[in-house]
Amino acid sequence: MYDFAYHKPATVADAAKLLAADGDAKALAGGQTLIPTLKQRLAKPSAVVDLSAIKDLAGIAVAGGTVTIGAMTRHGDVAASADIKKALPALAALADGIGDPQVRNRGTIGGSIANNDPAADYPAACLALGATIKTNTREIPADAFFLGMFETALKPGELIVSVSFPIPEKAAYVKFGQPASRYALVGVMVAKTAAGARVAVTGAASAVFRWADAEAALSKAWGTASLDGIKVAPDGLNSDIHAAADYRAHLVGVMAKRAVTAAG
Amino acid sequence: MAIDGIGAAVRRKEDYRFLTGQGNYTDDISRPNQVHAYFVRAQTAHAKIVRIDTANAKAAEGVVAVFTGPDMAVDAIGGLPCGWLVKNKDGSPMQEPAHPVLAIERVRHVGDPIAVIVAETLAQAKDAAELLDIELEDLPAVVGLVDALKPGAQPVHAGGNLCFDWHIGDADQVAAAFKNAYKVAKIDLVNNRLIANPMEPRAAVGEYDRATGEYTLFTTSQNPHVIRLLMGAFVLHIPESRLRVVAPDVGGGFGSKIYHYAEEAFVTWAAPKIGRPVKWTAERGEGFLSDAQGRDHVSHAELALDKDGKFLALKVNTLANMGAYLSTFAPAIPTYLYATLLAGVYTTPAIYAEVKAVFTNTVPVDAYRGAGRPEAAFLIERIVDIAAAEMGMDRIEIRKRNFIPTNAFPYQTPVALQYDSGDYFATLDGAMKAIDYAGFEARRAAAATNGKLRGIGISTYVEACGIAPSNIAGALGARAGLYECANVRVHPTGSVTLFTGCHSHGQGHETTYAQLIAERLGIGLDQIEVSHGDTNKIPFGMGTYGSRSLAVGGTAVVKALDKIVDKAKKIAAHLLEAAEADIEFKDGKFTVAGTDKSKSFGEIALTAYVPHNYPLETLEPGLDETAFYDPKNFTFPGGAHICEVEIDPQTGVVKVVDFAACDDVGRVVNPMIVEGQVHGGLAQGIGQALMEECVYDDKGQLRSGSFMDYTMPRADDLPSFKVSTAITLCTHNPLGVKGVGEVGAIGSPPAVINAVVDALKDYGVRHIDMPATPQKIWAIVNGGHRMAAE
Repeated sequence: MYDFAYHKPATVADAAKLLAADGDAKALAGGQTLIPTLKQRLAKPSAVVDLSAIKDLAGIAVAGGTVTIGAMTRHGDVAASADIKKALPALAALADGIGDPQVRNRGTIGGSIANNDPAADYPAACLALGATIKTNTREIPADAFFLGMFETALKPGELIVSVSFPIPEKAAYVKFGQPASRYALVGVMVAKTAAGARVAVTGAASAVFRWADAEAALSKAWGTASLDGIKVAPDGLNSDIHAAADYRAHLVGVMAKRAVTAAG
Repeated sequence: MAIDGIGAAVRRKEDYRFLTGQGNYTDDISRPNQVHAYFVRAQTAHAKIVRIDTANAKAAEGVVAVFTGPDMAVDAIGGLPCGWLVKNKDGSPMQEPAHPVLAIERVRHVGDPIAVIVAETLAQAKDAAELLDIELEDLPAVVGLVDALKPGAQPVHAGGNLCFDWHIGDADQVAAAFKNAYKVAKIDLVNNRLIANPMEPRAAVGEYDRATGEYTLFTTSQNPHVIRLLMGAFVLHIPESRLRVVAPDVGGGFGSKIYHYAEEAFVTWAAPKIGRPVKWTAERGEGFLSDAQGRDHVSHAELALDKDGKFLALKVNTLANMGAYLSTFAPAIPTYLYATLLAGVYTTPAIYAEVKAVFTNTVPVDAYRGAGRPEAAFLIERIVDIAAAEMGMDRIEIRKRNFIPTNAFPYQTPVALQYDSGDYFATLDGAMKAIDYAGFEARRAAAATNGKLRGIGISTYVEACGIAPSNIAGALGARAGLYECANVRVHPTGSVTLFTGCHSHGQGHETTYAQLIAERLGIGLDQIEVSHGDTNKIPFGMGTYGSRSLAVGGTAVVKALDKIVDKAKKIAAHLLEAAEADIEFKDGKFTVAGTDKSKSFGEIALTAYVPHNYPLETLEPGLDETAFYDPKNFTFPGGAHICEVEIDPQTGVVKVVDFAACDDVGRVVNPMIVEGQVHGGLAQGIGQALMEECVYDDKGQLRSGSFMDYTMPRADDLPSFKVSTAITLCTHNPLGVKGVGEVGAIGSPPAVINAVVDALKDYGVRHIDMPATPQKIWAIVNGGHRMAAE
């Protein structure tokens, strides 16, 4: 780990100011990616801005057909929330499947989304549920938020404040864990909403994406049979020692069907 | 049986310390005024070192010293020695290239240490490492075992890539038998390379006392005396009398902490140079690049059968990867611990095996839990299943038909070993019963209705442990003896300390050895302490590996106890005014036979140290005895493992749904520890079969270089094991013990793969190489999709 300045602001405004003033500063949410990166000397930020003291950033609210989760809310709190389990059980289950208890007790939804790891779970929920990401300056629809590998629409100094998920008719997330890391080799979130079906895929490509063919088929008729014969092309999908692109493409189809089954 | 003696499932004495975080591991040891060493390692697999400029690094804040290979060469420091010489077919010695502590002129694998920065803090050392100016000229890397022997392959060492070309058995007899074969079963297989990954990374602290001239090395070792011998005699030229090696609590080894490593030699050498203690602890990623790795064979085998399915002959051709340098015992693994086991549990009358050991630009390979024997068991048990398929025979029947009969022991195999005892029918029957073998087809049908492919696989194995008779080992090339030492020190009040040359790094010796003593002396476990791991406390020892600690180390304890009891009887005879021959010792009491006159063990101990009424003219005071024991033979644990898997054809995931192991480990001292050892071994064996794989790319970069990509088995990958024993006693040691440390890792991989192949029998699968990952299985189920990524 290299030396860096450490700040622990108490308000979003102060945090944003610190980050805007220093392009090499990094925000620290749950630290599940940043801290290992620092320890391995893979990043050399000038300053780390710790968001954990900002009270406004944590918390869960369910109202008006929407689940709103503060950016610094830990995965474990989402998994354990009785309100979310009731209103949007698929999201609580997704949170409960992230990493291990240590990760869930530190990692945050805001951190996960801002990092946009290609194998992260929350981005799939955001896309499939049509979430809105609220920052200190604006509201960004999920469809416009995830731009590419570790890349989002966030501007320098812009901080996620909360994420709002419209409650769907039904939804489920099923992932196939990479054997070693157990990150999503392929994770699929499906949601049935009044406006139609949404299907988001994580782990398979350089970034989370919506699977249009599956959405069209499921919008027409919700059920696993609708997905028969619908395939993701392996071109452009990730390939590594655990799964070549064709295997990943196949798994997308299997996980999608299992998610539809799980959603009921 | 004494309470808590042999056979009692007592809880481990050491667990309170470990479970409450009070273990004292090497990294817990910090010496006053110590400095920290950081190893700068090669990031390319093969390169010439053109230039290393250390000036900027030396000038960095906090840096105490920077060393490179030539700095050590100036001191005439020896290379890391190899402890086993294997000879070629023609009798010439193997190629034994130099293995410098820090690379000289060339780096030969990713992770090869090039330089060491010593600084006040580790962070300062790492900062300075970035200022090292290292110029390398890349050379082509040789990675694949088969490629390394092709003409024109880039040589890893000047002598080429063949380390040795060795054989065992009778080629003519085998050739003749093949001519008469009714059928021949053939297989080509790979035994996948593994990384041990003990929970505790390696670490070392070197210290030098100017006043006494004594060096102390604290290190994560399974055998501190061996390290003292090798490092003192061959590397640093320090007499044993001035070199203390301490291996304190060690958090797992699995073989990877047997060997003498560069880092421990460096910190010991550097301590007097710098005049301060030098500490190094591996990061996990360093462990992946510098701990000796395991297995890595490519083999072809053929088994000749007669029309009744009897095995006539086996011929085997194996390439074994040594990595870039010879690790301490590397040459012994694919030869004397592998090819000598190729008879397995069968009466195969003729066997011939050829083994070529090969250098590649990869991390050195050496013993890993099982060490050669898992490779043998995997090959035999795979080809037996293939033979059964070719013959149209039942897999149980073909095994039973070829088992060494229970009344045929001692049994001389055609590949040097003589098995002393065993009952392979009993262990197979035990495992079949435990898993309800007869009910399998119903379970297969039930799984099919759920869309799952269920398979069952059998493995019947024997292994050789209790390493080893020194004269035989010496004749086969060992450069050390393989006896063990025990010193039983009875204290004046009757409590006992055992000093053992074996080393416990998870085996539970502090309990098992205490049980031997409790049984014999009739004292409670709370009166017994077991000390190990410090060359200044223990007379000598060869350490713990090869499941030897009870068969060899435990026998040394028994021999020392014999001496204690003999002497105590003399003291008792004196006190009781009786003839020594009339003294009986039982349950902690010395009694004059046929009378109620007795003295307790504690009274005798006190008398030995307070000899006011004592036969001083004929007997020395004190009660402290040492024994060295050199085993008469290897021991031969064996058994049967049966695995049931279910495959999800949609994803290729193999789930081990049931697993029964019935093992013959000889007499069981602590059933709970035995069960735990089998559990751990099975986890590692199932890990090898389904998950673990050390993958290098064609440039020699380790692609599975962290837990993000190297799949360790986890608790939820494993079923609740059905573990049992069906024992026969070892005939050549007094306890009748054989050893249990490795059986789980030896017997289980073929059981798993045989089950996977059985589950996929409708897909025309004859063999699948380990690990049977979801991607591989899916490719099979989906018919000929490409197997490997990229």
